[in-house]
Amino acid sequence: MHFQINGQHHEADPDIRTTLLDLLREHLGLTGSKKGCDHGQCGACTVLVNGRRINSCLALAVMHQDDEITTIEGLGTPDELHPLQAAFVRHDGYQCGYCTPGQICSAKGMMDEVEKGWPSYVTAELDETGELTRDEVSERMSGNICRCAAYPNIVDAIQEVWEARA
Amino acid sequence: MKSFAFAQADTPETAVAEGVAAGRFIAGGTNLIDLMKLQVETPAKLVDISRLDLSDIEESEDGGLLIGALVPNSDLAADPRVRERYPVLSRALLAGASGQLRNKATTGGNLLQRTRCYYFYDVDARCNKRVPGSGCDGREGFNRILAVLGTSEACIATHPSDMAVAMRALDAVVVTLGHDGDRRRIPLSDFYRLPGDTPHLETVLRPGELITHVALPAPPAGRSTYRKVRDRASYAFALVSVAATVAIEDGRISAAQLAFGGLGSQPWRDPAVEAALVGHAPGDAAFNAAADALLAEAKGFGHNDFKIPLARRTLIAVLRELTETEA
Repeated sequence: MHFQINGQHHEADPDIRTTLLDLLREHLGLTGSKKGCDHGQCGACTVLVNGRRINSCLALAVMHQDDEITTIEGLGTPDELHPLQAAFVRHDGYQCGYCTPGQICSAKGMMDEVEKGWPSYVTAELDETGELTRDEVSERMSGNICRCAAYPNIVDAIQEVWEARA
Repeated sequence: MKSFAFAQADTPETAVAEGVAAGRFIAGGTNLIDLMKLQVETPAKLVDISRLDLSDIEESEDGGLLIGALVPNSDLAADPRVRERYPVLSRALLAGASGQLRNKATTGGNLLQRTRCYYFYDVDARCNKRVPGSGCDGREGFNRILAVLGTSEACIATHPSDMAVAMRALDAVVVTLGHDGDRRRIPLSDFYRLPGDTPHLETVLRPGELITHVALPAPPAGRSTYRKVRDRASYAFALVSVAATVAIEDGRISAAQLAFGGLGSQPWRDPAVEAALVGHAPGDAAFNAAADALLAEAKGFGHNDFKIPLARRTLIAVLRELTETEA
């Protein structure tokens, strides 16, 4: 099978049952994406597929050979952090850090959704979006669980990046 | 996960041909892959339909919309036409799952998702839906999330979808392609089966029959809302939900379309509820009569008894909101 991940071409020959998450971690050594629940409930495995955030644990690798996949390794590097990574550091948006790659990939995808004008469950009027209030961030990020409960700082970090780019 | 043969379909016709021979369609996979990991589902063959050209939302001649089966839940919720004309559907979709799951889950797949009954998921428990004839551990077990309407001796599972509840209220029609090119238009009201003594048979789809579209008729008149009651504010299945559109003319309810989630073995709609409202002045007398009609046959199993009064209160609150009626 062939894959396009973080702008690079990869070949691999995994078992047909292999999830995208296991492909990344076990076959390609991209261990930034984390396995939390492995059932789509925690969000630790969140990656971007063609720019959209998904749970890589609920995706079969074989079905994503023609997609552009971006993981946390593709967003920033230790020397050149993505603005979200820098903001999470600045705001202490984690404690153990296990959920953080998923939080950041999810936040990236989420902000793109807001830019497209997608409403959320807490958006008062369906035709009026764009404000990324704390309630909006909480609702839109509810697919990412942080067992250390760093939520207030995660929201701060995301809002700072959103306001800086808006 | 048990291994499986894998085929990628290039056209709906080849998908159906592959699907007829013991194949299981996979698109978003957000429910099916999970169930395969748990070996609740062990398909011999997966037919990948995710690359089929069924991702458009088109205007239909009757003033409605024709939604491709592969339109992701998030795209459907955000579509400007859906937001403007079918806000109850947007709201229901946005009430379901998480941003990640809505990005992958499809319209057709959402209709076909399986119950979240704990005993269906636990392969060591008895479950007539998972293993026909094995029994039901839900009736006497932790049945807090399970159904109070449309249950049977064999099964008390709920259908988990929010989207399908709104679609049921909107009189959606499931469009399919079957063996030999046979196309069917199945009203959602006829799409799901009651569990009876065959709870493993959930829909009227035939082997290999592929959902290609969901058709929405022209939007109903009046105001609409989707109210969802759940254990946490986001990312949880409904304990009770109500999709409602209500119109008022000359001080009386002129039309009402209501469907319910979390209560039934399928997205629930009962014409008696609407009959109790239409022609009556909005107010608690009519609203209580509607709740009486909805819950006349409701049966709790212990832990889920609370759903019956909760459904009444939620329905009345929704009706008060839509008709701007005080208690």
